[in-house]
Amino acid sequence: MTALDKNPDPGATRAPGEPLVVLSGVDKWYGDLHVLQDINLSVRQGEVVVVIGPSGSGKSTLCRTINRLETIDRGSITLEGRPLPQEGKALAQLRAEVGMVFQSFNLFAHKTILENVTLGPTKVRRQPKAEADKRAHELLERVGVAHQAAKYPAQLSGGQQQRVAIARALAMDPKVMLFDEPTSALDPEMISEVLEVMVDLARRGMTMIVVTHEMGFARTAADRVVFMADGAIAEENDPESFFTAPQTPRAQDFLGKILKH
Amino acid sequence: MQAVLDDFPAYLEAFGYTVFLFLVSGVISLLIGTVLAAMRVGPVAVLRLVATVYVSLLRNTPLIIVFAFFAFTAPIFGIRFGWLDVSIGPFDFTAFFGAAVVSLSLYTSAFVCEALRSGVNAVPLGQAEAARALGLPFGGVMTQVVLPQAARASIPPLASVQIALLKNTSVAAVFGVGEAVSQMRSFNNDNADQRYTIALAFVIGYVVLVEVVSFFSARLEKRYRVTTA
Ligand SMILES: Nc1ncnc2c1ncn2[C@@H]1O[C@H](COP(=O)(O)OP(=O)(O)OP(=O)(O)O)[C@@H](O)[C@H]1O
Ligand SMILES: [Mg+2]
Repeated sequence: MTALDKNPDPGATRAPGEPLVVLSGVDKWYGDLHVLQDINLSVRQGEVVVVIGPSGSGKSTLCRTINRLETIDRGSITLEGRPLPQEGKALAQLRAEVGMVFQSFNLFAHKTILENVTLGPTKVRRQPKAEADKRAHELLERVGVAHQAAKYPAQLSGGQQQRVAIARALAMDPKVMLFDEPTSALDPEMISEVLEVMVDLARRGMTMIVVTHEMGFARTAADRVVFMADGAIAEENDPESFFTAPQTPRAQDFLGKILKH
Repeated sequence: MQAVLDDFPAYLEAFGYTVFLFLVSGVISLLIGTVLAAMRVGPVAVLRLVATVYVSLLRNTPLIIVFAFFAFTAPIFGIRFGWLDVSIGPFDFTAFFGAAVVSLSLYTSAFVCEALRSGVNAVPLGQAEAARALGLPFGGVMTQVVLPQAARASIPPLASVQIALLKNTSVAAVFGVGEAVSQMRSFNNDNADQRYTIALAFVIGYVVLVEVVSFFSARLEKRYRVTTA
């Protein structure tokens, strides 16, 4: 993986530090449940933000609003200064620019590993098949599953599947990558192989929003930790300060609980 | 039985019409049923409603009434099949055949839609979400990801629907198509003493055809099961 380090991803078109994803005053309700409460969050180009918080605090929902898999009821979300499109072609185009990695991998069960990675580039970006195949092989190589290209997802371990899912998202050259608990469905021995890929990605300057409870990852790769509780951002800080000296009682309580395990 | 053996070409020709009805209606019903299923699971409320009404209407109407509609009522509204006049070898495909194909196709498409829809519901939501997250539009999500997997889960119910169609082609006998059951009746008329054995001969014909359909469906099922395991 290190051999490729000097070869940073394209897609980093904006100067580092400029705001890439901006949520302002975002509210969302599920019926009576106020699941996102006045969320203000600005993620800069190249920044890695870890979102942490108790179950049900709205982390997944927040993540999913950024590529509009969930709609919002109030406020605005912009990508590179442009508001997210409501629907149709423009929305599909936006989603192509935002990579997403799910907790349950969601690889296309009826397609081979290679086809999983080339589907987006060929069908959405209309890349020629040969070109898409070549790039897919490079990405599979990079995440360490190149020799599995002809297999089907069910034939791979969870860790391998999640690495393929990351390659599938990267194949679209996304401007930002969203990760929703990418390692929490994995057996312990597979967690580190996925985290390594993510750390590598962070080093190459990918803008990332990562919902995770992996403190090791947060400490190594994150620029900022966002702590959510009851649908609101309760605290934001750099990882070191957050983990060693949380400010709010909610965060102290939460860290106390996860550190015990 | 002797009556059937004496005029075996007539027996085969009658089952030929049955097979033609089955194949043509089968393909058309699969096409229409797929479109209906996409409408029913799609994001457009109007299309969902149209497909839902269509399916309830056709599914809850006895097939013979659908046939009667296209034989007697539709012509009043200018829907006629008189233009149809194709001959292939000994087979003549005329207005009766056209009306039968339309009735069978429309009727069966409602069942195809429901079989596919149960298949779509069997595809985990995350599959469609991952496809949407890649930037595929609704059509791409369906054709690339959801329907191919739904088709797999739908193979057994679709096979049942197609086998029912195969047997339902016999209703066309009442409306002037010389398929198997209509030929059976004419054998019976001429050889009343052999009723039971004539019936047996035609039962054997249907069993053979159904077994062929089952065989292909089992093969499809097996093939797809291996690749995803
Ligand atoms: N589609 C939905 N309809 C209604 N309520 C929902 C829906 N999705 C989530 N919720 C509720 O919204 C709240 C926030 O859910 P969310 O999945 O965002 O939490 P989370 O922080 O990701 O939790 P976890 O750590 O368990 O993944 C929860 O109370 C959940 O039950
Ligand atoms: Mg969650």
